[in-house]
Amino acid sequence: MPLFLKTLFKTRGEAIGFIAFLVLVLVIFPLAMPVFRLNLVGKYLSFGFVAIGLVLLWGRCGVLSLGQGVFFGLGGYCMAMFLKLEASDPESTSIQSTPGIPDFMDWNQLTALPWFWEPFKSLPFTILAIFVVPAVVAFIIGWAMFRRKVGGVYFAIITQALALIMSLGIDGNQGYTGGRNGITDLRTLLGWDIRTEDAQYTLYFLCVVLLALTALAAKYIINTRLGRVLVAVRDQEDRVRFSGYDVAIVRTSVFAFAAVLSGIGGAMFVLQVGFMSPSIIGIVPSIEMVIFTAVGGRLSVMGAIIGCLIVNWGKTAFSEAYPDAWLYLMGGTFISVVMFFPNGIAGLAEKFPRIRSLIPASVTERIKGMATKKTTKTVSDGQ
Amino acid sequence: MDSSDQNILEVEDLGVSFDGFKAVDGFNFYLAPNTVQVIIGPNGAGKTTVLDLICGKTAATEGKINFQGKELRGEREYRIVRMGIGRKFQNPSIYENLTVFENLELSHPRGRGVFGCLLFRRTEEVMDRCLSVAKTIGLDECLDQEAGILSHGQKQWLEIGMLLMQRPKVIMLDEPVAGMSVKERTKTAELIREISKDRSVIVIEHDMEFVREIADRVTVMHMGQVISEGSMERVSNDPKVIEVYIGH
Repeated sequence: MPLFLKTLFKTRGEAIGFIAFLVLVLVIFPLAMPVFRLNLVGKYLSFGFVAIGLVLLWGRCGVLSLGQGVFFGLGGYCMAMFLKLEASDPESTSIQSTPGIPDFMDWNQLTALPWFWEPFKSLPFTILAIFVVPAVVAFIIGWAMFRRKVGGVYFAIITQALALIMSLGIDGNQGYTGGRNGITDLRTLLGWDIRTEDAQYTLYFLCVVLLALTALAAKYIINTRLGRVLVAVRDQEDRVRFSGYDVAIVRTSVFAFAAVLSGIGGAMFVLQVGFMSPSIIGIVPSIEMVIFTAVGGRLSVMGAIIGCLIVNWGKTAFSEAYPDAWLYLMGGTFISVVMFFPNGIAGLAEKFPRIRSLIPASVTERIKGMATKKTTKTVSDGQ
Repeated sequence: MDSSDQNILEVEDLGVSFDGFKAVDGFNFYLAPNTVQVIIGPNGAGKTTVLDLICGKTAATEGKINFQGKELRGEREYRIVRMGIGRKFQNPSIYENLTVFENLELSHPRGRGVFGCLLFRRTEEVMDRCLSVAKTIGLDECLDQEAGILSHGQKQWLEIGMLLMQRPKVIMLDEPVAGMSVKERTKTAELIREISKDRSVIVIEHDMEFVREIADRVTVMHMGQVISEGSMERVSNDPKVIEVYIGH
């Protein structure tokens, strides 16, 4: 087994689980579902990016953010702005008093495109922005707080407030952001109609592949020294600091990385669902994202993705039948997860007999092996 | 008497006040290379606070902390560690869920940045260093053991080992033998004598028997100030010390 695979999967069970997941989402779902349902799964999976970020940030590093919707929104709005501009060409908007700008701007008496919309006419810029904007925002916020050793509940409350500020800010500036209705009526990406069935299939597979790559990246991080440092920061912050690590920069970096993942998720959401609005990024959705992660298992990358699928599926299925009871059911699920199985579904799965480890020799054997080899070598050199 | 340029650490007129209460006040302390210097004093004398001030955990309000010609006041904790000052806490603070080996490995000074961590590999040098430190602290037979199941004494040694991984020039130990059995105490004393061969060690301790065993010099603190300093012999005959501390 090559070394990098060992870094990705610690046990055979993990590798099998990952392959099983790929088979499920790449083969079984597309074959078994009509495109409408598959598109819903794609929407659920776009929250999977956020959940993976929360596994690293909350599960591993112990930093609970109740504002991941902010970054989901930043990525999503970047994507939506590009698509909206493309949908607002002068011909299709010719009935507006100012043709060529998005319809909601026209309704709000704007007569020119605001400066910060200009660069979103370019797809390369938009893609770059989907990564860079959440990263920079998270880095500034994280650095400001973690350097002052703000953490725990205070951090959670502040991020919660950010989610509120963001959704209110968008809501209150309808001319620039589309307001409460959000940015709607998105049609094409470089002339390719994203509303057709073919496009929905393509976007679904794009989302799944990106999510799988993200999951691998997260698993890789977890199994390197950085992954161990994250857990150490969670459990023994002072010891890590007095082992010469800059705890603030470790936390800030994870926060920024989780933000980037959320941004990618937001962009994939917009592509598949076709709109973006403040109701998807405010306080409630931000908390829901934490619940997905908790139910699936906040320590486990695959668990968190499964959590997204199950909870969202439940939400759709259940709220179609009993719209009023859904919130209670979700709240109840969250409380029982926290009380009875804090490591979620993945934690339950791990209670089954340990599946054989991919790393055969213990460190003791390896380290002593090295030492013996060296002694023999010195001896033979001496002769 | 040591001339000042020989001292590895010089603390002068150090003071800190918390809401007007002076926990440490006009504290002077000089640490020679390769010595074990023990700080004793009654509860609340400010011993632990002194360690906190040196390692940057608490910011001093006055005074100087000079380490090998560099001023430590105002530096961030991790930078002070990287300069060569190691700090052990009173309660064993180790990573309980990781193995003994992983505890040591995580304390290896290479790759302490975010990207350094990502690229960190278990090279031969890393393995050798972990093994040799594990031998020093007597834990080379339990490298694969989860640190949480070690005995109290072993945990304390592991934390000392984690400091040694960083090759510090000064090690500060806060009550290293509290809660240890007699046998473990003897072993810890040997360990401290051993590691002070090529570095200085500052120890805070209550157990006078133990202090006698390890100390090259003793500093006695009372109400945030130094009231006596010298060999154990000299200090224990100092009337001021007898009055505030040993006489009790």
